[in-house]
Amino acid sequence: MPEVLTLSTADMDVPTAGPRDEATAQPAARHITTLAVENMHCGGCIRSVERALAALPDVVSARANLSQRRVTIETHTPTANEESYIAALGAAGFKARPLADEAPASAQADEADLLRRLGVAGFAAANIMLMSVAVWSGQAQDMPASLITLFHLLSALIAVPAVAYAGRPFFVSARGALAAGRLNMDVPISLGVLLATGMSLYQTARGLDHVYFDAAVTLLFFLLIGRALDQRMRSRATAAARNLLGARVAAATILNPDGTAERIATRAIEPGMRVLVAAGERIPVDARLVSGDTEIDESLITGESRPRHARVDDTLYAGTVNLAGAIEVEASAREDGSLISEIGRMMAVAEQGRGRYVRLADRAAELYAPLVHILGFSTFVTWMLRGNGWEPSLEAAIAVLIITCPCALALAVPVTQVVATGRLFRKGIIVKAADGLERLAAVDAVVLDKTGTLTLGEPRLVDADRVPDDRLALAASLAVASRHPYARAIVRAAETRGLSTVPASGITEATGAGLTAIVSGREVRLGSALHCGVDAAGGRFASLWLRDGETAPLAFGFADPLRPDAPATVAALKSRGLTVEILSGDRAEAVAEAARAVGVDSWRAGERPDQKIARIEALKGEGRHVLMVGDGLNDAPALAAGHASISPSSAADISQTTADAVFQGEALGAVVETLAVAKAAQRRSVENFAIAIGYNIVFVPLAMMGLVTPLIAAVAMSASSVAVTANALRVALAGPRERQS
Amino acid sequence: MTALVWLIPCALALGGLGLAAFMWCLRTGQYDDLDGAAWRALDDGDGRPAPPEKS
Repeated sequence: MPEVLTLSTADMDVPTAGPRDEATAQPAARHITTLAVENMHCGGCIRSVERALAALPDVVSARANLSQRRVTIETHTPTANEESYIAALGAAGFKARPLADEAPASAQADEADLLRRLGVAGFAAANIMLMSVAVWSGQAQDMPASLITLFHLLSALIAVPAVAYAGRPFFVSARGALAAGRLNMDVPISLGVLLATGMSLYQTARGLDHVYFDAAVTLLFFLLIGRALDQRMRSRATAAARNLLGARVAAATILNPDGTAERIATRAIEPGMRVLVAAGERIPVDARLVSGDTEIDESLITGESRPRHARVDDTLYAGTVNLAGAIEVEASAREDGSLISEIGRMMAVAEQGRGRYVRLADRAAELYAPLVHILGFSTFVTWMLRGNGWEPSLEAAIAVLIITCPCALALAVPVTQVVATGRLFRKGIIVKAADGLERLAAVDAVVLDKTGTLTLGEPRLVDADRVPDDRLALAASLAVASRHPYARAIVRAAETRGLSTVPASGITEATGAGLTAIVSGREVRLGSALHCGVDAAGGRFASLWLRDGETAPLAFGFADPLRPDAPATVAALKSRGLTVEILSGDRAEAVAEAARAVGVDSWRAGERPDQKIARIEALKGEGRHVLMVGDGLNDAPALAAGHASISPSSAADISQTTADAVFQGEALGAVVETLAVAKAAQRRSVENFAIAIGYNIVFVPLAMMGLVTPLIAAVAMSASSVAVTANALRVALAGPRERQS
Repeated sequence: MTALVWLIPCALALGGLGLAAFMWCLRTGQYDDLDGAAWRALDDGDGRPAPPEKS
């Protein structure tokens, strides 16, 4: 069942089953399509989504998944008609989009596999504990030895298969590490579990008391909880990240040599093909403009907020948006070769530095594992030297290894991270990298991009209050016909003022110039100064003019406004002792103004991607841990170069993929929140290590002296695990209190 | 003590029942959408009989 959910658009032949198929006697092939549905929040939404889709003629069934914000549609038509499903959902008020590409089904399969093993370990632990408790209380009274042995035998019958099955993930990982000549946390875990089981079997066979089946199985149970939580968090993050990436162009219209148009998948485009791009569509691959005249929104690539006027023979980059008219382009690269090759190369270099980061738990394991093995070995040697014989000596040494088996240590980091990412997830912040939180916690310098990061990345009307209602309504009635960002800004301004925008009839658009329409017998023009016949020098803002018949023309100014909480965010970052800097590809005056507005002293403008990397490397050279926050394609190499990175969900695909965390919504404060939670999580992780080590300091000497009984081992193991988990939960509790203060 | 002869199998069988139920839940995707399941329990439908299934 889960793998069905992860298919994006795949064909599935369902075997003939059920009365319906028998009735039609035609084994109808079913096809599964999965869409990401953005604004699905409650039970009512589930019903609306499923109803809207079920009403379509070719849909057999639709099942919404609220946790993943997706809907799975089962149809009869062989070619999945995604567009019509998206339109139907749009009519019902939901924003849906196709998923980027087929996800590896392995993440969910792994999760289900871990849960199965967890279930078996839980069953075994409960039943063995039932008998162990009977034995422990029996030992204090007069339980016959034969009965104790029977209970031990029964425990062995349950424990051995359970350990073999539930412990597999740890054994496999430990073997892998040993084969590579390394030590990880799974090595002492596997050793502890296997030795405990082995010795218990021996003791059971001899009718002795040191039987640790309960400890071994309970240990696996706790560890699997940590593993399963870790896996769940990761698959949830990848699923959420894929939902966001769905916006990518999946198909494009190509023009065959014989003049027919055909819709094909973007990845099938070859260099030299002619591609038609309608207004508002993204350019699918790097291409040369062949015919048409348009404006291109390149803000994701250059950081420049003004659209560029493109003429025939200009190069257009994949991912930029065609704003004005329909154009014909000639592909100059394939999809995978389409990113500016320089950016691809720089990213590969920058990412190498990332690979060297060693996670906290692994660093701890590198110290801990040899220490444990030395302790066990020296216990054995000491006992032998004191003439205790090899059997009791081995027993004591194994007891040390069981006690030091790092259950709490292995839970310390995953539980904290799961709680922390869960808290961020609820606020729309998705932590994607497994070690992302740890790297975020070390950050002491923040580098911000301007366009799309400090600002919203889309123009808004400036001084909107100055414009009278009827003029704005008139401008909006023309602007609705255009996809140009300035035109859309006018429509938005009119909507926020509550004006009804009635599209004017007979609107014509002159690319790169403006719109013209006849309203109640007068010619109304909205567009550039030239288009409206105005003789005006460029003002402080980019502007559009509105000319209504012979009345005096009216100017609309536009600017890309700062995110509302940008100054507060910068102040918050500074108050945490972080240095803040702006690196932008935009013009100097635009950057200077933004820097002044948010209160950042150090800024650089007109930076190319390689200059951004150089600056980050320079900061790193000063021993700083740099957090890069950016959204554009030009930021992607810098995001990879930074010690950690965050992107808004409006960012270019490649930037989102590179960033450690992605935040949704307009509030830049998410950056502060992410850093705060990462720091808190790191603090809890370190505390958890302290708790785990403290417990070892108490119990290891007991084990070395041979005083540990199975009862003590079981109690110590569970107590330390529970203590570590409880401490990790404080990351979630810290939130409400901070918000109150 | 003779009670143990049937008490222990009983305990194991009950535990095994729980385990089997858990495995069934897992296999049939009961844990796939925990948020949605919470809402679906409250959905009364619209009181009309289900529409005839399309084929």
